[in-house]
Amino acid sequence: MADLAQAPLPGTFSRILREPRAVAGGAFILFVIFCAVFAPLIAPHDPLEQDLLLEKIPPAWQKGSEAGYLLGTDGLGRDLLSRLIHGAQVSMIVAFVAGTLACLLGTILGLLAGFFGGWVDAVISRLVDIWMSFPPVLLSILLVAVLGSGLHSVIVAIVVIDWTRFCRVVRTETMAQTKLEYVDSAVTLGMPRARILIREILPNVLPVILVLLSLEMGIAVIVEAILSFVGLSVSTDTPTWGGMIAEGREVIYHAWWVLVFPLIALFLTVLAFNQLGDGLRNALDPALRR
Amino acid sequence: MWYRILLNRLILAAVTLLGVAVVVFVLVRVVPGDPVAMMIAPGASEADIAALRARYGLDLPVPQQFMVWIKGILAGDFGTSFSLRQGVVGLVLGRIPATLELAGLALAIATALGTSIAVAATLARGRWLEALIDNVNGLVLAVPDFIWALVFVLVLGVLWPVLPISGRVDPRLNLDLATNFYLLEALLTGKIKLVGHLITHMIMPAMALALPLAAIIARVMKGTLQEAMVQDYILLARIKGFSRLRIVLQEAMRNALVPVLSLTGVQFTFLVGGTVIVERIFSYPGIGNMAIDAVINRDLPLIQGLVLAFAVLFILINLAVDLITIVLNPRLRHG
Repeated sequence: MADLAQAPLPGTFSRILREPRAVAGGAFILFVIFCAVFAPLIAPHDPLEQDLLLEKIPPAWQKGSEAGYLLGTDGLGRDLLSRLIHGAQVSMIVAFVAGTLACLLGTILGLLAGFFGGWVDAVISRLVDIWMSFPPVLLSILLVAVLGSGLHSVIVAIVVIDWTRFCRVVRTETMAQTKLEYVDSAVTLGMPRARILIREILPNVLPVILVLLSLEMGIAVIVEAILSFVGLSVSTDTPTWGGMIAEGREVIYHAWWVLVFPLIALFLTVLAFNQLGDGLRNALDPALRR
Repeated sequence: MWYRILLNRLILAAVTLLGVAVVVFVLVRVVPGDPVAMMIAPGASEADIAALRARYGLDLPVPQQFMVWIKGILAGDFGTSFSLRQGVVGLVLGRIPATLELAGLALAIATALGTSIAVAATLARGRWLEALIDNVNGLVLAVPDFIWALVFVLVLGVLWPVLPISGRVDPRLNLDLATNFYLLEALLTGKIKLVGHLITHMIMPAMALALPLAAIIARVMKGTLQEAMVQDYILLARIKGFSRLRIVLQEAMRNALVPVLSLTGVQFTFLVGGTVIVERIFSYPGIGNMAIDAVINRDLPLIQGLVLAFAVLFILINLAVDLITIVLNPRLRHG
């Protein structure tokens, strides 16, 4: 029984590897994670070290550059490359923590609603409807106003706003699976319902969840960047890409590179999560393929 | 039949607004720290604090507090902004026109751009141009307005400085306008030079907001157009010898209108949400930019006013979309 339900899985990994967008996106994200984890080892300078004699030095290939500062320095003489590498930490923490929590909350509620139907579904679906009638911007303004700024608020805001993305899709998918014969067979065999849900249905809903999770992580990175751009995320002595972009916006007429490099990092990371999601969708989910 | 749907939507809108009001009320009251303590000058006496509590009804039980609060809001009393020391209603109303004009311009750009792309891709079906359009579209969809805005600032504002990167008008300019709807008023009174001046300030933020929406419109419209293009009535039109462009615009477009419109409506609310950050990047004086300042200053009365203003805006957009859908849908219109 369990073998039947999991039959599509063995070839999955090679199918993902044959999907160029998934591979490219995944590889870039692994690279960013590597930077985040080993930031203190690979960053050439202390990201907070200010040197006013070295302020606004252009990147290495420009006139007036300084050895040892590959991407140049910002308005306070801090090394941009080091700040970029350290900035990956906050982005990745938010992507994985907020993404995973939103995914867990939404998936659990979606599985319950889709599998049990009836009043469970009615309550959860109504909740999702009400939730989604609040535009995300309003909710995030209110949440950050109430919770105050900081990394925990950013994560809470993302989870509280975005769990519905998972819940809706997982619910529909679970409903479709529940109607299939293998579930009937499992019921006939007398399997407990919780076991059917976790061992039989969940593996079949998992591909969709993974696609959504990848896209959600990209959204989380952007939301964090926006909130640090306006100064509502972590405190300013932690380097973040959004914070660097805000600093770059200030000195844009004197030193364009202060804005450009974090912007490129943010763009590539968001694109990578997007491509990974699209690639996974092609590889894993025949129903979603176009 | 259609009026029943309309009534239904109106009731739903009222319920949603009430829901937003309840959420705002509850959230503002769970804010860590006493709101009164934040409002009052240091060194105020106990009696002053008690008077202020009584004025805001904070000494009453919570359900009664809610009634007092709702009554105040219905009477147009949103209180005074802590940080700007002015009435919230005046502040918000003064800023709304700027945001409406920006969002309106962005919507116009997105619709025009999205439609052109969809028509071009439909005409180029099966050729390399279609593949190119699809790929560019996919890329545009993946990039949020926040990044577009900064790219525009960098490219058109700094590296090749052709457009101003901040504000709504040059502060040195003597405007001499009666309302805060600068663009609309300039258009209506025929001040062409001022229109041009305003557009140079608005075009970059509007484009940043418009691009993701244009990509979505293009994708959905292209889908429905191509579906329509294989129908019998299109074949008939082709046999009659109509040009391909005319077939796409006149015949196939009719099919695409309703689905694209309802999609645009939903997406437009996201666009209005996007004004918050885009206005910030361009220092554009709308309610979005104001909302960020209000949150940074934890200016609760102003936050309440702005959130309700946004909520009303979203509800009105949804209502308008419903109305237009009813008008365009013959089954509902004649039912």
